[in-house]
Amino acid sequence: MLIRRASDLTYADVTPKCIYLNRRKFLRGMGLAGVAAVAGKGLLDLVSPSRSVYAGTKLDTIKGPFNTDEKITPAADVTHYNNFYEFGTDKGDPARNAQNFRTSPWNVAVEGEVAKPRTFSMEEILKLAPLEERIYRHRCVEAWSIVVPWIGFSFNTLIKLVEPTPKAKYVAFESFYDLKQMPQSRGTGLDYPYIEGLRLDEAMNPLTLLCVGMYGETLPNQDGAPVRIVIPWKYGFKSIKSIVKVKFVKGEPPTTWNRMSSTEYGFYSNVNPNVDHPRWSQAKERRLGEIFKRNTLMFNGYGDQVASLYAGMNLKKDY
Amino acid sequence: MRRLLSSKWTKVVVFVICLAPLGALVDRALHGRLGANPVEFVQHATGDWTLRFLIFTLTITPLRKLLNLPDLIRFRRMLGLFTFFYVCLHFLTYIGPDQSFDLGGMWKDVEKRRFVTVGFLGFVLLIPLALTSTAGWIRRLGGKRWQTLHRAIYVTAICGVIHYYWLVKSDVRKPLFYGALVAILLLWRLGIWLRKKGQLAATSPEVRHTATQS
Repeated sequence: MLIRRASDLTYADVTPKCIYLNRRKFLRGMGLAGVAAVAGKGLLDLVSPSRSVYAGTKLDTIKGPFNTDEKITPAADVTHYNNFYEFGTDKGDPARNAQNFRTSPWNVAVEGEVAKPRTFSMEEILKLAPLEERIYRHRCVEAWSIVVPWIGFSFNTLIKLVEPTPKAKYVAFESFYDLKQMPQSRGTGLDYPYIEGLRLDEAMNPLTLLCVGMYGETLPNQDGAPVRIVIPWKYGFKSIKSIVKVKFVKGEPPTTWNRMSSTEYGFYSNVNPNVDHPRWSQAKERRLGEIFKRNTLMFNGYGDQVASLYAGMNLKKDY
Repeated sequence: MRRLLSSKWTKVVVFVICLAPLGALVDRALHGRLGANPVEFVQHATGDWTLRFLIFTLTITPLRKLLNLPDLIRFRRMLGLFTFFYVCLHFLTYIGPDQSFDLGGMWKDVEKRRFVTVGFLGFVLLIPLALTSTAGWIRRLGGKRWQTLHRAIYVTAICGVIHYYWLVKSDVRKPLFYGALVAILLLWRLGIWLRKKGQLAATSPEVRHTATQS
């Protein structure tokens, strides 16, 4: 497969910008048949207005490891259909409500059981290592999936810089939270700030990506700007967005969805077609752009890289 | 108002309006505006409209009595049948794209997933109601028995709300909103029923006998 580089083609080209920029005008110009259709469209427009393009900054990248050769999901779909409950629970809410989210200046505090605690500015993070493009499968716990060209570098680059002490066994992450900027987070049923966690060896795995961009550009606000984690073998909610704090700790840290419903969302939450969500099956998933469902792969297809992390564990118990 | 309600044209207009949600979906499909996950979009839209039409149907009787507009009854069957129409579309998105038309797999899913079980039950209960919605069937069954059978829609309404409530991950506001509307509509009926029972109990056994016969 041809790996497209940011230099010759931007991913916004998948759906030409001019079309989705001018969608409303384009549709209006065509004229619509039927009063009912027009009325209904107006109503439904409230639910899902036409798409706007995020203003990302181009990033220079090198080709990273672990790329899948599967078809990349169009950028417009990935950026307009996702979960970021701080901005609302509808899949279109993040794109709608995160537009004025202030992501600059931005700092990430790294603390806890480390020899060299420090705060990284976003500018520093971008210079820690060459930015790699990594095309990963991404599987949501809701049984849909996408293929995304993320940009970043292995999270272990940052871990090594702060030198965890022998007491550090887990890493706890915290998202930015500001009710003023995120009024839609009210009533969504979760406690904020959003928190997540990994075992240290999971965090050290080279697949675990400290992510600063996607589709050749910086992260759009709704996808966790300016910096997030991407863990491709776990359900999407583990890949915490808009990180402000990383803490190395001795014991298993609490995590948002686990606190909300521990029987449904475990600490590990590895993609596993053999362990169903109590309310729905995880055996299959719908890849965005496809009608029928496809089989879900163990560890989302990353077993070669990560299965050894869980040797001897009962994954039905430690879900 | 009363003249408007009894006009045959009003019925035509209401029929067309009831088709608008489907029209909007078709329009979106034709223009590629069903979003990144079109199957889910159609599934959620048809599910939502099923619940809405169920609520519209259940609102007819209270409105007739409260506003003293008996002619509203002319729209109840149509709204009920549109409920059934949208639930059929909803079911099609499930049996088709979700289950790949595999009836065995579907049955396992219905047995295993409580939110599917309760949704399926609500759907199945509507089938005899749709089939016996004609004047002929009212005659054949007799008004009293027909009415008893059609009270199954109360169960479907409760099933529909629970189905939705059990589906969502953490944001239960919309299912609770539908739940509150259904609760109001059913409690209103319960109130009427209790009052009638109280009135009957207060009258002599003889009168009660004739009253239940009428």
